[in-house]
Amino acid sequence: MTPTAPWQGEMASAPDALSIRDLDVAYRVRGKVRQVLRGLSFQVGRGESYGLVGESGCGKSTVALAIVRYLARNGRVRAGRILLDGRDLLALGEADLRKLRATAVSMVYQDPGRALNPSLRVGAQVAEVFRLQGMPQAEALDRAAAMLARVQIADPSSVMGRYPHQLSGGMQQRVAIAMALAINPKLLILDEPTTGLDATVEAEVLDLIARLRGEFATSILFISHNLAVIARMCDRVGVLYAGLLVEEGGTRELFDNPRHPYTVGLLRCLPRRGRRKDHGRLDTIPGLLPPPGADIAGCVFAERCAHADEYCRAVEPPLYDLGGRASRCHYHERAPDLPRATPSDPAAPIAVDREERPVLRTQRLAKTFAAGGHAVHALSAISLELWSGETLGLVGESGSGKTTLARLLLGLIEADGGSVIELDGGQLPAAIDRRTPDQVKALQIVFQNPDSALNRSHTVRHLIGRALAKLARVPAPQQLERLLAFTRAVRLADRYLAVRPRQLSGGLKQRVAIARAFAGEPRIVVCDEPTSALDVSVQAAILNLLADLQATRRVSYVFISHDLGTVRYISDRIAVLYLGRLMELGPAEQVFRGPHHPYTEALLSAVPSLDGSVTERIRLKGDIPSAIRPPSGCVFHTRCPRKLGSICEDQEPPLIEAEAGHAIRCHIQARDLQRERPAPMPAEAPAS
Amino acid sequence: MSMQAADTAPAPAAPARTGGAGRERLRLLLRSGTFLAGAAIVAFWVACALFGSDVVPQDPYAVDLMSKLQAPSPDHWFGTDRLGRDIFARVIVGARDILTIAPLATVLGTVLGTTLGLIMGYFRGFIDEAISRLIEAVLALPLVIVALLALVALGTSYITVILVIGLIFTPLIARTVRSAVLTERGLDYVAAARLRGENPFYIMFIEILPNVVPPILVESTVRLGYAIFTVATLSFIGFGIQPPSADWGLAISDSYGLINGGYWWTVLFDALAIASLVVGVNLVADGVQGVFET
Amino acid sequence: MSTLRAIPRRLLLSLITLWILSVIVFIGAQLLPGDVGRAILGPLADPRAVANLNHELGVDRPLLVQYWSWISHFATGDMGMSYTMRAPIAPFIATALGNSLKLAAVAFVLVVPLAIFGGVIAALNVGRPLDRIITVLGLSATVVPEFVSGIVLILIFGVWLRVLPINANWPPDAGPLTQVYYLLLPSLPLFLVLFGYIARMARAGTVEALDADYTRTAVLKGLPPRTVLWRHVLRNALLPTITVIATQVGYLIGGLVVVEVLFHYQGIGSLIYVAARSKDFPTLEAGVLTVGIIYTVATLAADVLTSMLNPRVRLGAAA
Repeated sequence: MTPTAPWQGEMASAPDALSIRDLDVAYRVRGKVRQVLRGLSFQVGRGESYGLVGESGCGKSTVALAIVRYLARNGRVRAGRILLDGRDLLALGEADLRKLRATAVSMVYQDPGRALNPSLRVGAQVAEVFRLQGMPQAEALDRAAAMLARVQIADPSSVMGRYPHQLSGGMQQRVAIAMALAINPKLLILDEPTTGLDATVEAEVLDLIARLRGEFATSILFISHNLAVIARMCDRVGVLYAGLLVEEGGTRELFDNPRHPYTVGLLRCLPRRGRRKDHGRLDTIPGLLPPPGADIAGCVFAERCAHADEYCRAVEPPLYDLGGRASRCHYHERAPDLPRATPSDPAAPIAVDREERPVLRTQRLAKTFAAGGHAVHALSAISLELWSGETLGLVGESGSGKTTLARLLLGLIEADGGSVIELDGGQLPAAIDRRTPDQVKALQIVFQNPDSALNRSHTVRHLIGRALAKLARVPAPQQLERLLAFTRAVRLADRYLAVRPRQLSGGLKQRVAIARAFAGEPRIVVCDEPTSALDVSVQAAILNLLADLQATRRVSYVFISHDLGTVRYISDRIAVLYLGRLMELGPAEQVFRGPHHPYTEALLSAVPSLDGSVTERIRLKGDIPSAIRPPSGCVFHTRCPRKLGSICEDQEPPLIEAEAGHAIRCHIQARDLQRERPAPMPAEAPAS
Repeated sequence: MSMQAADTAPAPAAPARTGGAGRERLRLLLRSGTFLAGAAIVAFWVACALFGSDVVPQDPYAVDLMSKLQAPSPDHWFGTDRLGRDIFARVIVGARDILTIAPLATVLGTVLGTTLGLIMGYFRGFIDEAISRLIEAVLALPLVIVALLALVALGTSYITVILVIGLIFTPLIARTVRSAVLTERGLDYVAAARLRGENPFYIMFIEILPNVVPPILVESTVRLGYAIFTVATLSFIGFGIQPPSADWGLAISDSYGLINGGYWWTVLFDALAIASLVVGVNLVADGVQGVFET
Repeated sequence: MSTLRAIPRRLLLSLITLWILSVIVFIGAQLLPGDVGRAILGPLADPRAVANLNHELGVDRPLLVQYWSWISHFATGDMGMSYTMRAPIAPFIATALGNSLKLAAVAFVLVVPLAIFGGVIAALNVGRPLDRIITVLGLSATVVPEFVSGIVLILIFGVWLRVLPINANWPPDAGPLTQVYYLLLPSLPLFLVLFGYIARMARAGTVEALDADYTRTAVLKGLPPRTVLWRHVLRNALLPTITVIATQVGYLIGGLVVVEVLFHYQGIGSLIYVAARSKDFPTLEAGVLTVGIIYTVATLAADVLTSMLNPRVRLGAAA
């Protein structure tokens, strides 16, 4: 990577790849003008990779769409200039704009499956770019194939003849990147390019982008909500809050030593490497993002800032130039000393006694779905134990079966015959309809998406009250009292009781869902990605709440997440799933420390870290195989960087204890797994 | 040519707002030009059906063979029909029967269709599959032809017309409700209700039904338009409303043989009345659809 | 969900649908009316005459026998004897069907291209006055019953302007062009009903495709608007419209009843109408079942066609 002068000012001889000056963008929503970007200015130097980071609603995608002049019909640039390679984009006519799009700027965005035309072959879509430059069809197709090869698609000619839906998400995104780079653009805009991809695939795509950046002399504007991805990919970063650039600077400087209270708060919200619930609560950012279009006199962040005083609320801070970096805070020099919004003192840790009988136990738990005449083994022979008061983290990528496992435990879907689920030593019927009321109330869930989990027609009072009535059998007279006790326990203000879910923010909705799950005093709560639909600043508060509730109520959690930092923070033990098989099970610290299953090792090294410390990268080949036809032997052998040989293809390895309480499903001996670190994968890993 | 993305504007603000979704929709509805125009037309004909007979200058049913087939004149604004009845008076009161039958048939179809759709969407499996086949078979026949067949078999009366149209609408509405319920059923609040030990009827009617009201409302206003269309058509071919009603379709059926003789007024005003009513109802439906489907 | 391999399954489902349909028609035409002989001869007829007629018509046999005899003959093309015409039904159906198809073809040839064009134009101007005009006019045209628009059209073109014949029966020995000329006015009410519906679907499909991410990709590639529209938007937008057009075949035939009655045209619709008026149940049965078969076949054909055109269905998901 080529480090660039961090603050390229007006004096630079060649024009910046992108220069945005005082950009104001507003949307008209139901006759009202809502300003989304306010006086936004930043530059992306030649060859530079600039990251724009912010939570949902901060306007970051609007920036991208404004640059390519593709704002929604109701959006309008009200003021400001956008200079691309020195040319004023907003002044271009239709024909010039088209020429610019065809030659100088391109964009890759989230959800590649929808970005490609479903009824055109991949080859034709890529070749189109070359046809536009006047190339004859045959030459354009050749160039397209060459371009696909450059994004590490192993068999370009076969991929060219396929339709987008025949490719995996990772492959689709490579095709999208190939199309974007085909014109060798001055500026490449990447808007959440890996959001929605699995961790190991994301790591591969990020590697690819980093490598191609060296090959093409392209400047990059990288937009993401994920601080760690930005830290890994960018030279400089701008932090966007409520349509304003609140802080800007070199990536390392900014993340190591933030100078705006918002950045400080954001970084503190993340469970950093190795941090666990008994080390203390996560810090939070109180309050909410101001509504779009709100008229704010002083600093936009004042409402949520512990440093804020009368001056902040009265006078809008300018973007203070701090020499190579900038902060929109009057008290930028004091920003790092921001007092905590949430005290750090940890909830009293629970002593989990594993000599006791486990509260939940599964044996040979399996689920086979019938799909189009095929038997899909979503889950095979899972044997687990969960003790009172502990958290079992479930980790795995798509198709791993973690959500299936959760639904089997709850009885929402029925396990295959021969599966055993025991609650407190007693056999639990597979289907919820056959469980006793006490069994039903013992197992509850907090879903990922509160919009889906809360009935939008019901008020908060009804949502929680009904659960109290049905599960806790609270008689009507005492209901309100109990209801208030619960809403207070999840820190939900009383005034929200009369409100319906759509009038609540994401974090508040999730609190309602948590209150409902706890209404019947459950023994076990399944948390199915409870924070992944939420913004970083809200996630931390929800994790704290879950940890507190566990400490006070001695409930056990089955905690599903794809975010390893979160799992590590909250879990006592961790189970790693791959294609419906349990690959590794053990105490959280040991699973993270090693020895690891090769798959766990790859997962761990796929996660970009905020401190930018590049660990040894283990990259997996290709995509996750289909559960319809899982690989023979060890299901991981098709992607395993440490495959031994034919034994891996023929025999499924048993789950062997590597150390007390820590089991790994691998033919390689535990001590070898620990000792022998494989060499990094060669970059040209052939795709499937 | 516009090649712009959809409304990707930021979502409405999260903080609590006063007033629910219902009031917001009503406000939008009252700002929709098509809805207001349609509502005005429908209101006019409803008023005519209710009070028309009290205000018209002549008796719409009085036969006067001395003054049959008279062209429009100050005495008979819309002329007279072949029995000498005043066409203006008959057009004004002519909405009465169709505006009784069509809404009742629609209500019947909506109630039955909603129940059926909830059951199909919630239980899925064999029940759903079997009913779906039945629905598909009924849908393979044009509305008018099924109605014709049923009315020939059962005999024509107000009750049979309401029953037949209501029953034909049942599968159409059930199909709409079913697909809405299938979507809802996939949402986690249904799983949450099962995890509270709720029975299927509670889940169907208390949890799911309130959330599928918008598509039901849209579908039934659209259906009301079709009900009017169908009743009018059946009356025209002699299987709907029967004489001596002043019904418009019936009047056209009675007189269309005369038009080649130049007696255009015997059909034109009735035709315009039907057209205005169905267009009015469908403008209302369009307005409702616009508000509920965005 | 379905791939080409699903076509046999679709075929089977269609057969089941047709079977259920035949049962419904049978129930409607033979079970519900009750005493057929009494219905034909009237309430004052001699009970012995009624019984004789019932025996002659075969309606005194057990229901299953009646159904089996009816459906097995129907499958071989023998549709039975008409009560009123005292002659085999099949030839009447064949002639009527031929006439109806001519009328339907004229309406279709006119409406499909124009409605799709109207819908696409509306979509390209979404939210603007032109869109509102096309949408509201299309909606209004669709919802007005055929006999109403037919009457107004007859008054305008047949009575006042006298440019088009108001009786659809062309003189003997008329050439194809003359036949089309005679069918022009009757096809217009059908045109109006279909126009709004197809245009609405074409508009919805196009609006969706215009808003899709792949269209954004195409525009941001710098492709000229014409290429974006033809290659990326319409290719995806118009596929669902094919299915819609096929389902409209059924409604078109429903409209035929009224239009054929209004224009005194000897098609399947007027055949059903006459049979219904004269309580000629075998003819009614045969006519209605024929209509059902045509609809089912048209839908099936459209399904297969859409599957063949849509690579997602044709090739299935990623292996």
